[in-house]
Amino acid sequence: MHKTLKKYFPVFVVPVLAAFLVSFLIPFVMGIYLSFTEFRTVDASEWVGIKNYISIFTQDKTFLNSLWLTVKFTVVSILSINIIAFSIALLLTRKLRGTDFFRTVFFMPNLIGGIVLGHIWSLIINGILGFFGVDITYDPSYGFWGLVVLMNWQMIGYMMIIYIAGLQNIPEHINEAAAIDGASPLRTLFSITIPMVMPSVTICTFLTLTNSFKLFDQNLALNGKSAETSLLALDIYKTFYDHTGLRLAEWHGIGQAKAVIFFLLVAVIAFVQLRATERKEIEQ
Amino acid sequence: MKTRKRIFDSSVYAVLIILSAVFLSPVFVILMNSVKSNFYISDEPFSFPRGEKFVGFENFVKGFVQSDFLRAFINSAFITVLSVAGIVVLTAMAAWYIVRVKNRFTKILYYLFTFSMIVPFQMVMYTMTFLAFELDLNSVLGIVFIYLGFGSGLSVFMFSGFIKSIPTEIEEAAVIDGCDPIRTFFMIVFPILKPTAITVAILNAMWVWNDYLLPYLVLGSGENRTLPVAVQMALTGGYGNKDMGALMAMLVLAILPIIIFYLFCQKYIIRGVVAGAVKG
Repeated sequence: MHKTLKKYFPVFVVPVLAAFLVSFLIPFVMGIYLSFTEFRTVDASEWVGIKNYISIFTQDKTFLNSLWLTVKFTVVSILSINIIAFSIALLLTRKLRGTDFFRTVFFMPNLIGGIVLGHIWSLIINGILGFFGVDITYDPSYGFWGLVVLMNWQMIGYMMIIYIAGLQNIPEHINEAAAIDGASPLRTLFSITIPMVMPSVTICTFLTLTNSFKLFDQNLALNGKSAETSLLALDIYKTFYDHTGLRLAEWHGIGQAKAVIFFLLVAVIAFVQLRATERKEIEQ
Repeated sequence: MKTRKRIFDSSVYAVLIILSAVFLSPVFVILMNSVKSNFYISDEPFSFPRGEKFVGFENFVKGFVQSDFLRAFINSAFITVLSVAGIVVLTAMAAWYIVRVKNRFTKILYYLFTFSMIVPFQMVMYTMTFLAFELDLNSVLGIVFIYLGFGSGLSVFMFSGFIKSIPTEIEEAAVIDGCDPIRTFFMIVFPILKPTAITVAILNAMWVWNDYLLPYLVLGSGENRTLPVAVQMALTGGYGNKDMGALMAMLVLAILPIIIFYLFCQKYIIRGVVAGAVKG
C-alpha cells in the first residue's frame, strides 16, 4: 500500500503543496528576511540589521499604543463574552421549550462578516451618540467600547454553543446527588457545574483571545480612520499602506518588523494554549 | 414549590426574550433604514419608516445598480464555491497521503501545515501580495489557488486527525482487489471522511465569503472585487454626500444570503463550527 501510494505524490500532495508554498511558506520566509531590510518593493531591499526593530520603539509612535489598546481590548472581551455566553448557556440548558429558537438567534451574528458588522454598528453607535451631538471619533474611548460591544454581539452566540455542549456533558446524576445532599443552586454552580465545564472554558478563553487579538475587519470598518483606536493588526496594515514619499522603504521595513513581533506574540499565545489543553487531557 | 418553579421559568423566558430583542435589533435597524429616504437615515436612524420617510424599494434599486452589486455577488460566489471545493478535495487527498505514507518528509509537511495555522495574515500580507502579482494570480481564478494555500493548514490538520482514527484494513482490501490509490481514495476513503469534509467546507466557506483583506489586496476594488470589498468601498470611499439609502440596502443585500443559508443548514453550520473550534 505505502509503496504504491508513494509514487502518487504528484497527484495527492503537489497541488496543495504548490499553493501552500506560493501563498504561505515563501512569503513567510521572505517576510522574516525583509524585516531586517528597508525595501520600497519586495525585490529592492537593503540590509539594515535590527534597525527596524529599534525604530518600532523609538521612531514609530503608534505601535506601543496599539499594543496596549489590543491587550486592554482582549482582556475586556474575554471577560465580558465568556461571562455573558456562559450565563446564557445556563439559561438555555434548563430544558425549557423553545430553546432552539433562542440558540438560532444568538448564534446568527457570528456568520456575518467583519466588514458588514462594522458598518452596521457604526450606524447604530453614531446614531446613539448623535443624540448627544457627537460621533464615534469624538473620544477614543467611544471607539474602544464600540468595538467591545460589537465583539460581544458577534462572539457570544458562538461561545454559548460551546458552553451548551459542555453543560450537556455533565452527567445528570451528579446534579441530582448534589440536590439530595442539600446543596444550594449557587453552591452547585461553583462546586460542580463550573469545574465540570473547565475544558469548555479553556477552549472559549483561547478562541476569544486569538480572535480579539487578531481583529482587523471590524476595526477597519467601525473606527479604522483614527490611529488612536487602531488595534495591532490594523496598525501594521497602516504602517505598510498609509505611507508614501521618500521614507517609504523605511516604513515598509518597520511594518514588516512589526508583523514579525505580532506573529511571535500570537505564537506564544498558541503555545500556551497547547500546553494548557495538554495538561487538561493528562488530568482527565 | 411548583409555583416557584413556574415564576422562575417565566422570568428566564423574559430574560431570553429581551436578550433576543437586543441581539436582533441591529439587523432590524438596518432593515428599517433600508426603506427610508436618505435624509432620515443619518439624522434619525431609530425612527420608523412612516409617511414621507418611507420610500419603498427605491434604495434597493439604487444600491443594486450603483455598486454593481450583482457583479460583486457573482465574484464572491464563484470564488467561494471553487475555493471550498478545491480545498475539501485536495487537502483531503494530501492529508491521506501524509498520514498513510509515513516518512520524515511527510512528518515535516504535517508540522508545516499545522504551523501555518498560527501565523497571522499580516505577517505574509505584503510579500504574498507581491508574489501573487509576480505570478499573475491576481485574477478570480488565481485567488482560488491562493485560498487553497491559506486554507490548507487547518484543513489538512482536521482531515489528518480523522484519518488517523480510520483502520487501514478496508483500504488494504481495496488495493488487494486491484484498486489503484486514486480509485481507493475516491471510492473508499473520501466517503468515510464525509463528516469532516462537511466541517471543513463550512469553516472555509464562512471564511472565504466574508474575507476582506486578501481579496482587496490581490483583486483590488475594480471589476474583480468581492462583496466585502464592494461594501467597504461604498461605505468609506470618497467624501461628500453619500447615498445612505443605497448603502443601507447594500448592507441588507449582503447579509440576506448568509441568513437564508444559515436558516437552511443551521444544524450543519453549528456542528461544524463547534467541531472546528474544539480541534483547531
